[in-house]
Amino acid sequence: MTKIPQRKIHDYLRHDKKFPHVWCSGCSNGIVLGAVIRAIDELKLDRNNIVMVSGIGCSSRMPVYVDFDTLHSLHGRAIAFATGIKMYKPGMKVIVITGDGDATAIGGNHFIHAARRNLDLTVILLNNSIYGMTGGQYSPATPHGARATTTPYGNIDPDFDICKLAIGAGATHVARTTAFHALELQKQIKEGIEHVGFSLIEAICACPVIFGKLNKKGDAPSMMRNMRDNSITIAAAEKLPKEQVEGKIIRGTFIKEDRTEYTQAYAELRAKVVAEDGNDD
Amino acid sequence: MTKATKTTTKPEKKEPVMNAVETTVEKPIAKTMEKKISKAVVMQGNEAVAKGALAAGCDFFAGYPITPSTEVAEILATELPKVGGTFMQMEDEIASICAIIGASLAGAKSLTATSGPGYSLMQEAIGFAKITETPAVVVNVQRMGPSTGMPTSPGQGDIMQSRWGSHGDAPAIVLYPDSVKEAFQLTIRAFNLAEKYRTLVVLLMDEVLGHMREAVTLPDLSTVRVINRIKPNVPPQWYKHYDENQKYLSPIASYGDGYRFHVTGLTHDDHGFPTNKPNEAAKMMERLDKKIKHNIRDLVQIETVDMEDAKVAVFAAGIMGRASKEAVKMARAEGMQVGLLRPLTIWPFPDDAVKKMLKDVKAVVVPELNQGQLFHELERLVRGRDDGRLVRINRNDGTVITPAEILKKIKEVYND
Repeated sequence: MTKIPQRKIHDYLRHDKKFPHVWCSGCSNGIVLGAVIRAIDELKLDRNNIVMVSGIGCSSRMPVYVDFDTLHSLHGRAIAFATGIKMYKPGMKVIVITGDGDATAIGGNHFIHAARRNLDLTVILLNNSIYGMTGGQYSPATPHGARATTTPYGNIDPDFDICKLAIGAGATHVARTTAFHALELQKQIKEGIEHVGFSLIEAICACPVIFGKLNKKGDAPSMMRNMRDNSITIAAAEKLPKEQVEGKIIRGTFIKEDRTEYTQAYAELRAKVVAEDGNDD
Repeated sequence: MTKATKTTTKPEKKEPVMNAVETTVEKPIAKTMEKKISKAVVMQGNEAVAKGALAAGCDFFAGYPITPSTEVAEILATELPKVGGTFMQMEDEIASICAIIGASLAGAKSLTATSGPGYSLMQEAIGFAKITETPAVVVNVQRMGPSTGMPTSPGQGDIMQSRWGSHGDAPAIVLYPDSVKEAFQLTIRAFNLAEKYRTLVVLLMDEVLGHMREAVTLPDLSTVRVINRIKPNVPPQWYKHYDENQKYLSPIASYGDGYRFHVTGLTHDDHGFPTNKPNEAAKMMERLDKKIKHNIRDLVQIETVDMEDAKVAVFAAGIMGRASKEAVKMARAEGMQVGLLRPLTIWPFPDDAVKKMLKDVKAVVVPELNQGQLFHELERLVRGRDDGRLVRINRNDGTVITPAEILKKIKEVYND
């Protein structure tokens, strides 16, 4: 992988306008942002042809920092807005930045239906296991038993396996890694953008200031070390007995398949209708 | 014969003179075209909305099935792909409105159609379209509420919701037709106003109008006046997404045009970047407000029937405006001096015309299919002791108020 100098990253940022950013020290969101930019740079995409859409939350603040067409929309609705953009301008690369609460709680409906349609969106889901922006309430991705400000006695909710959810809903490219594995993340994002169809990349992120503190996970470096030590690849997980896999973050690409993409399906429908309409006359 | 004139009110000058009558008569779109196409077609209100949308250049629709608006979606599902447009049935109404706002940001002329329950779900995103000054049109074919209510029965319960439904304090543009032909015309107007003022425009309909079939003569589409949003002509580094001129109308770039702008529902500065500075927040809110207030003359449209010598007036909108027109005709036939004031634009409210009416008549009858929502606005405008008395007729049972019932009320107050 080629090394991209800092200046290059700056070139993609609205660095003279919107910095310093809102993220806490130790937050993983900046690592994901770096991976997104490096992936886009590697692909040599025309930056006038990229729209970055987000919902509401810590991760959803990302679009304001990048020099693309950007949309910071409503809580949970990033994918619904992105659907409108992609359907109207199918030639544009539409990247959705969302969080675990944004995409799987309030926005769960849009998430599964965009996956079902196999609409060509690249959804990068930053999973920090908590609602950070509002101060630490539990999300559908908060682990069972974990503490949040709204689970003071421990979380009784089972958590989503977001990748399985996406696969079940019909997504055709699903991958997961952690902020510690930044280069792997960059590769997954690159593949996600290249993939024609609904693509989900779940980036496991550390939120040391809120989730870490509430659950005694230590400081930012120790949470990063935990990502390194407590995650295994899909191939490694397959070799291990089930008990040893439990509780570990499984990294890798779970699914990558070809299925009719939605804007293409609509374009075909339109062509067919126009042809038939012409014959009627 | 009743004499009907459609007028637009003049803007408030230093002294808000009652000048609503001495206004320019606007030619209804279809009038000028009737010579060209003589054939009348039988069509329902919802169909007229779909046809109006296509005539206005609508090229994106996203919606979710709901009675009594579904026909709009059904027709556009058939027609849009034929003209290179896009139709999408979304997973719910929230997704529908978000998709049309997204499409509009990419350059589409977009529409959704719904009814009460769906309209309630859309309120948050309606506020988003307003704060981000993104053009879009929402058709709400009202049904009896609250909640699921009576899905196939008329009600006018959404008049106030269409003004105040979304949280925060942003103005609204809401149009309200009384006939199938007017549904066609006002749908075009809704798109034109949305594009011109960069905002979300609501077309309120009544269930009975949505499903009512009547003969209409549609204009030759090539003669329909269509307004498109102003595109920026400055280099990207000079572009401000919320630049303003004297009339508070600003150019708008689309995604993919190379302007690389930011759009957020957060309170923002001229460039669209979020801000917490009180002066920038105040500027943004002022722009939202003033672009409506400074253009009242263009936005407000009313119809008056026999108001010149009227002693009693009827004030009603939508389908009740139509019933009232009939009641006024019946009253005139009996020799009573009765007139009608019907707003085609209910928001912003036609304050000037109403104030003049209140001065001129001794009583105003207000028939509505709710507990008195327009009535509330009229009460707001009663100022002088000599202003006309307000008399309400309200019905909230899923049926309409008939012209005969309105006439009965007119007679009661006329002879008082």
